[in-house]
Amino acid sequence: MSSYRAPLEEMSFVLNELAGLAGVAKLPGCGEADPATVAAILEEAGKFATDVLEPLNRTGDLRGARLLEDGSMRMPPGFRDAYWKFVEGGWNGLAKNPEYGGQGLPEVVAAAVEEMWHASNMAFDLCAMLTQGAIEAIERNASPELKALYLPKMVSGQWTGTMNLTEPQAGSDLAAVRTRAVPQPDGSYRITGQKIFITYGEHDYTENIVHLVLARLPDAPEGVKGISLFVVPKFLPDAQGKPGARNDLRCVSVEHKLGIHASPTCVMSYGDGGGATGFVVGEPNRGLEYMFVMMNLARYSVGLEGVGIAERAYQRAVAYARERVQGRAVGLEKGAKPAAIIEHPDVRRMLMTMRAQTEAIRAVAYVTGAAMDHAKREPDAEARKRHQAFVDLMIPIVKGHSTEVAQEVASLGIQVHGGMGFIEETGAAQHFRDARITTIYEGTTGIQANDLVGRKTARDGGAVAKSVVGEVAKVARRLGGSGDSALKAIGSRLAAAVATLDRTIDWLVSNAGGNARVALAGSVAYLRMWGVVAGGWQLARAAEIAAAKLAAREGDAAFLQAKVTTARFYAEAILPWVDAHAALATGGGEAAVALPAERF
Amino acid sequence: MKILVPIKRVVDFNVKVRVKPDGSGVDTANVKMSMNPFDEIAVEEAVRLKERGVATEVVAVSCGVAACQETLRTALAIGADRAILVQADGELEPLAVAKLVAAVAKKEAPQLVILGKQAIDDDANQVGQMVAALLDWPQATFASKVEVAGGKATVKREVDGGLETVELELPAVITTDLRLNEPRYATLPNIMKAKKKPLETLDPAGLGVDVSPRLSTLKVAEPPARKGGGKVADVAELVAKLRNEAKVLP
Repeated sequence: MSSYRAPLEEMSFVLNELAGLAGVAKLPGCGEADPATVAAILEEAGKFATDVLEPLNRTGDLRGARLLEDGSMRMPPGFRDAYWKFVEGGWNGLAKNPEYGGQGLPEVVAAAVEEMWHASNMAFDLCAMLTQGAIEAIERNASPELKALYLPKMVSGQWTGTMNLTEPQAGSDLAAVRTRAVPQPDGSYRITGQKIFITYGEHDYTENIVHLVLARLPDAPEGVKGISLFVVPKFLPDAQGKPGARNDLRCVSVEHKLGIHASPTCVMSYGDGGGATGFVVGEPNRGLEYMFVMMNLARYSVGLEGVGIAERAYQRAVAYARERVQGRAVGLEKGAKPAAIIEHPDVRRMLMTMRAQTEAIRAVAYVTGAAMDHAKREPDAEARKRHQAFVDLMIPIVKGHSTEVAQEVASLGIQVHGGMGFIEETGAAQHFRDARITTIYEGTTGIQANDLVGRKTARDGGAVAKSVVGEVAKVARRLGGSGDSALKAIGSRLAAAVATLDRTIDWLVSNAGGNARVALAGSVAYLRMWGVVAGGWQLARAAEIAAAKLAAREGDAAFLQAKVTTARFYAEAILPWVDAHAALATGGGEAAVALPAERF
Repeated sequence: MKILVPIKRVVDFNVKVRVKPDGSGVDTANVKMSMNPFDEIAVEEAVRLKERGVATEVVAVSCGVAACQETLRTALAIGADRAILVQADGELEPLAVAKLVAAVAKKEAPQLVILGKQAIDDDANQVGQMVAALLDWPQATFASKVEVAGGKATVKREVDGGLETVELELPAVITTDLRLNEPRYATLPNIMKAKKKPLETLDPAGLGVDVSPRLSTLKVAEPPARKGGGKVADVAELVAKLRNEAKVLP
């Protein structure tokens, strides 16, 4: 059996060499994130992931969260204890505001740590992830009183948070939200309605759960401009801020799901007894706007789930391929002993595909994470704006592409195991099932792709997209002119891929308006092109840096050589997918929208 | 009461070590290094004694290259109050380390020195005993339980025949066995605080210690590869093989 080990050497390389941790550490408020401290943090987080979280991953999958007759949730054995170890370790507050007890570390450091939590036990970490979303929404928009009352306890992890958006008729289209909020003389609101898909809506970890709920005021305008955001705690805090009266809300059922069994997905009912007490966050009717700001971070986190699951599936597949002896390897002499399957070329192809894709999505995610820190903390407003534009372009790519890659990598992980992968006991199947939700929640891949085509590409006439394309092309040219044959090969493949992307952007800018249905039918292909090219870009940078270090006889030669080889594989075997995606992204979707709906 | 905890930076226990091609030693370039696990237990024990109000200060000390600072920071993150690095770049043999630790102990005057019973790299199992001898302090090795009260330490030791309990007058030296405690996970806030705790660097000459090696390593080699086992047809053949080949039966 394979046990998860945080890929510390790889993570440090990406953080330091690609994401520019040293530059992030110079930003105001980031001084604590010097490389030595970050290395110590990653080391300890890795230990925690391996020793505490991972051993519970399969238990969680098998036992799941169960709703009991009395309305309480029984979490899988060991989860509550692990949660408190997590909280006592201070991990919940890693990137949170020091004003509320957080450690204020940069987003990019949080990204690496979060990847470990997802890799070792994604269902466990969803609780902290949702709490983070709720903290963000309160911190950005709520009154000082609400912040003082709720944030310190949520930052420490003493209380957890949830996000209540979805209703049976309002999924991706939140304009259809029907939950009602009626103002009360004391300034609070009476909330009634039903919410579904509420992650960690009920659990046995903490004394209180803080629900953030989207609802409509009686006089609210129709559609998206009439939705408000409320804090609705399970127990109403008393004068001392301790959990007091039980609020009128409950979990009425928990869903049976394909994966993430340990994460309770709840149907929540508000106001069965007349109305739950809620407190408005910010101004009425601006709830959806508040949600969208916070959603960027949530989407980014889901992208990291893709990275984590892919890494875990890869490690498990490698361990099995080394162990499983089967057949004789091609190219070895006759009479050689049966070989471990890692010696077989097609197994190599699968492992290499998993490895290269995982390294690519990690690098793109961390580089985006560092840009989030710059966008938030650069002293110069122009610089903040520039970084934010990059972040806005990359978020749908990190979310959409990383999670789609996770499907492919987890599926290959099963394939490497052969029949044993189809058997649950090996654990490979769980990664596949757990990964499946990531392309769906926080906006499906289709929603990400619409965002990328409409708001992130067409709206500014492709300006930001083109500027990033220019950066990629620069790296491609540099490597293409290199004397090193591997770098040269990487450079020329990358140049071809980015040129195709460039042409696709032109096509979209001129067709997204007039030919919107066809453009959107190819939007996911466009998003995947971006994902593949951005990954090739970062792996090319990695190869360039690794080659320079090798030439200078610096660092771990085996690790650095593997960086170059992995980038070459990616350039030669993955980058060509860009051409296939381009066909669909530039008008190839016409037939998809041509067939009358009734013919399906 | 002050406790001194000597710690060693070693190749991480997860790493599969490789012998250098020239047989001069183990390849430690670009290999993950960590605190010796027995020393981690020592730090944990010292910190627990402090948390119980028995000790007032825990000082971690390490002898070796500058990178030992990272290991000292780990000790500080677990809960040591300050750290001392005796910086020496060459190879340090157990006697040299013992002399350095004894010199630091004379300077710091702790009531207890707690350290791992051995390091997982050379498995020498010598430093603790030598420190006690050099200081002429009582020692209790292989501790699985430690209690300190009234100027005395009561230590349960793991010996071949079972458990032995000894009582020592302080100051004393204790070396830790695996079952003494389970070291905690360093918390994130403590990792962040660790870098602000004082870390002092000394050098062997300043402590008046000559650290030049007294042993020379002739050769380091991988153990012979394990040979595949064989099957025997019946008990009689097994007994014959045990008697004639393995020679474990008369």
